[in-house]
Amino acid sequence: MPQPTTGEPDVEPVDVASADVVPQVQLVSPTGERVVEPDNAAYRSRVDHLTSEDLRALYRDMVLTRRFDDEATALQRQGELALYAQGRGQEAAQVGSAYALAPQDYVFPSYREHGVLQARGVDPVDRLRLYRGADHGGWDPNEHNVHLYTLVIGSHVLHATGYAMGVQRDGAVGTGDAARDAAVVTYFGDGATSQGDVSEALVFAAVNNAPVVFFLQNNQWAISEPTSRQSRAPLYQRGEGFGIPSVRVDGNDVLACYAVTAEALERARSGGGPTFVEAYTYRMGAHTTSDDPSRYRARAEEDHWARRDPIDRLATLLRAEDAWDDGWAAGVEREADALGERLRTEVRELGAPPTSTMFESVYATEHAQVTAERAWFEQYENETSTEAAR
Amino acid sequence: MTSADTQTLTFARAITEGLRSALESDPKVLVMGEDVGRNGGVFRVTDGLQKDFGEDRVVDTPLAESGIVGTAIGMALRGYRPVCEIQFDGFVFPAYDQITTQLAKMHYRSRGRLQVPVVLRIPYGGGIGAVEHHSESPEALFAHTPGLRVVSPSTPQDAYDMIRAAVASPDPVLYFEPKGRYWSKGEVTTSPYPAAAAAGAADVLNRARVARQGTDVTLVAYGPTVATALKAADTLAAEGTSAEVIDLRAISPLDVTAVVESVKRTGRCVVVHEAPTFLGSGAEVAARVSEECFYSLEAPVLRVGGFHAPYPVAKLEHEYLPSVDRVVDAVDRVLAH
Repeated sequence: MPQPTTGEPDVEPVDVASADVVPQVQLVSPTGERVVEPDNAAYRSRVDHLTSEDLRALYRDMVLTRRFDDEATALQRQGELALYAQGRGQEAAQVGSAYALAPQDYVFPSYREHGVLQARGVDPVDRLRLYRGADHGGWDPNEHNVHLYTLVIGSHVLHATGYAMGVQRDGAVGTGDAARDAAVVTYFGDGATSQGDVSEALVFAAVNNAPVVFFLQNNQWAISEPTSRQSRAPLYQRGEGFGIPSVRVDGNDVLACYAVTAEALERARSGGGPTFVEAYTYRMGAHTTSDDPSRYRARAEEDHWARRDPIDRLATLLRAEDAWDDGWAAGVEREADALGERLRTEVRELGAPPTSTMFESVYATEHAQVTAERAWFEQYENETSTEAAR
Repeated sequence: MTSADTQTLTFARAITEGLRSALESDPKVLVMGEDVGRNGGVFRVTDGLQKDFGEDRVVDTPLAESGIVGTAIGMALRGYRPVCEIQFDGFVFPAYDQITTQLAKMHYRSRGRLQVPVVLRIPYGGGIGAVEHHSESPEALFAHTPGLRVVSPSTPQDAYDMIRAAVASPDPVLYFEPKGRYWSKGEVTTSPYPAAAAAGAADVLNRARVARQGTDVTLVAYGPTVATALKAADTLAAEGTSAEVIDLRAISPLDVTAVVESVKRTGRCVVVHEAPTFLGSGAEVAARVSEECFYSLEAPVLRVGGFHAPYPVAKLEHEYLPSVDRVVDAVDRVLAH
């Protein structure tokens, strides 16, 4: 039971300024201006081809992701979802990186990658089946090449690495055929970097030269634990220790996230092996709807990052480059309204699946224990429903 | 190998030949684990396979069991059929999370959209004079997890048939190899894969086998203790007692029908395994027999197995393991009832 809080928690604010001292790839400044420096030229060249229309498409997906987040949070507050993990603040890292993916690439998300799923086209209602308590997954992973959410922290990073080793064995790496060569990207957080599975995945990927991109979103908080409880060194250096090219990117800069991921995916697809990306961002919301961040972090820190909202940054850039159009922006808002309306209606309609689904797909082939227990339960249900009908 | 052929093989070599036929016939089959390639495995079960099938299909992995199982899951999601070797029973636990929370549940949580046909080969059991963590029997821990199949062969023929059936199965299979039996020999009839393997899968991964027929008492065993039970049956026969020996083959699913059919005839049941008896697979057998054979039973079901103590030092292991004498003693007690 959360305890009521009075005022500021008794914690030192994280020194956000010192975090900025670590070199990171940035193409758009927090004030929405293009950053042109000699050492980001290679990354700038990767966004040169993006048109105003591309930038507006990124903005649209980020706005729809934010609205999805707000609506899902509201649905949980109304008791319509069992839980929800908010992604607010991480839209640039997620949408930007996902835009660099090819259709044949495969994604292994954690459980907060709503922006990635938005960009990949996974249906918004399907994304909430798990949080509704109506499904353990919710979508067909092979429809959009997006694996199911994984709740055990870091476990899926090994699955992504193994999948990439399978891609290698399929000969879908380094052929030069853009429609064939494939890569895998896996998303995880700063807390997950402490898991042994993540380190083991880095070992397997490195020694096998697997075509996998480790996309770490350092949102600075693992529930109540700041990144300083996970690591003494900047997290992007974790990859370097395994011999994996590593880079830190401004996770609230959608263009930089796109550019860095595009470079990493190209390396993977061409046979150059894995890359470790640390997208330095901020979890603007709570860990989940069960969490109260006012217990452990300072309001001043939240205010600092509110001024670095990734959506505002892109909007400023669009305006500065005359890519903004009020009629178009209003259309995006209407689309977001329609998304909210659809979620409010259709999520509420997601009922309990038939009880028979408890027994289905436990095994792919018949298993005597499941068969026997299912038969017993069906008879039990029939008898009790017959009694109730009398 | 294109037609049926019978030869005398060691238990270990029977597994090798089973793996070889699967590797030959299905390019998606992979072997992976610590030292399985150039070294052929510490028990030589994968001897020669890397030379014949290459480093991409017989893969020497880093020393990380969770990594082995986790990457095998990923490869299975891409369409491969990895057969992983866990070097020793006591080393499976770093992979316990991947096995129980990921491998076991992937098909279920995807509502059948994803299959993870991963086989984990785990040399297990004692009696070889090994050091700590090299003689354990953790099968019940995995049989308790829905979504996993847990099997253990006791003869070279079953070792061959069951490894092929495990590789062909769309479900994850934990294949426990009784390492104390690796050098025992037997006749093995080999046949083309996968047609024979698929046809036989329903039997060898699901059905118990009557290893010896009898009328006075049913001895239920699997893996290493089938040999112990058969020796006990010889001793009992000399004393005038006819013991039936059931080789379960699978712990999950448990072939309750076969056990019940036998115990209804004999009226007495003794379960033998190396794992600790407390909450072990013998406890499940005893519970099911009491549920389904209550009016046929002449005596309570007894269990003979390991004690509720960590596996002891090698110099004490023969006091810990269920011996022929302890099995005969248990049979004497159920007969005296």
